[in-house]
Amino acid sequence: MGIIENINKVFDHRIRLGIMSILMVNDEADFNRLKELLDVTDGNLASHIKALEKEAYILVEKQFIGRKPNTRYSSTALGKKEFKKHIEALETLLRKK
Amino acid sequence: MSEQDYLKDISEIKNLMNRSSRFISLSGLAGIFAGIYALIGAAIAYYLVVNSGRDYLILDGHIFKMILLDLALVALCSIVTAIFITTRKAKEDQVKIWDETTRKLLMSFLVPLITGGIYILIILNQQKYGQTGALMLIFYGLALVNASKFTIGNIKYLGYIEIALGLVCALLPGYGFWIWVLGFGVMHIIYGSFMLIKEKR
Repeated sequence: MGIIENINKVFDHRIRLGIMSILMVNDEADFNRLKELLDVTDGNLASHIKALEKEAYILVEKQFIGRKPNTRYSSTALGKKEFKKHIEALETLLRKK
Repeated sequence: MSEQDYLKDISEIKNLMNRSSRFISLSGLAGIFAGIYALIGAAIAYYLVVNSGRDYLILDGHIFKMILLDLALVALCSIVTAIFITTRKAKEDQVKIWDETTRKLLMSFLVPLITGGIYILIILNQQKYGQTGALMLIFYGLALVNASKFTIGNIKYLGYIEIALGLVCALLPGYGFWIWVLGFGVMHIIYGSFMLIKEKR
């Protein structure tokens, strides 16, 4: 049952999967960039970001560009490792069937 | 979750990874046009030199200025056509033409290219023009290889070929013109056609 254990419940949602996909291949992305790519509402995106942050899969950095607040997100080493495991598990499951 | 869901997840992951980090709307058609312009430009330059009654170039001469203008026109036409075709394709693909990915692509392409351009102008001013064709090919190749990580397709192989041709061109300065024609004309058309066939599939 090793494969099933590697399917990560945290990633079991389209938006969280999307956020992680983007942060795997980009060093960082800000809130608007994520919103634009995923085509979701502010509230929806914020809640999924919070879930990933709670697991320490992503890093949140708040800063100011001029006077505008800007929040940047990046994936942590743990997040990358867990996401890779998740993808591998998905692929293994698909191959088996 | 069913098998269908897993498949959807995997394709969604791939799609977002590509869309968020690579510019997908480059078209082979732009490459073909760039190649055609380069061939036309080369034919004009050849005609100018042959009709000048000399088989070499004088740097401050009238003909030399005409050839520089010819080169500038080739570059301008290629860029305008590329922008036009790319904008149209981005609309078809329903992606934004100007975002973070485009910015990264352009920066990584333009830094080596503009460096090379300025360097060539500097050494032309120092009367060293034997290596111009080689330098154009080498810097253009480096720009392509550098930009290739922000786009899909195999543009880095075109870059490697241009760099190799540039080095050969440096070894054989007498054949500079023909190697330039091969690199900027023929290779663009071949590569563009390959990409176009792949796009249609």
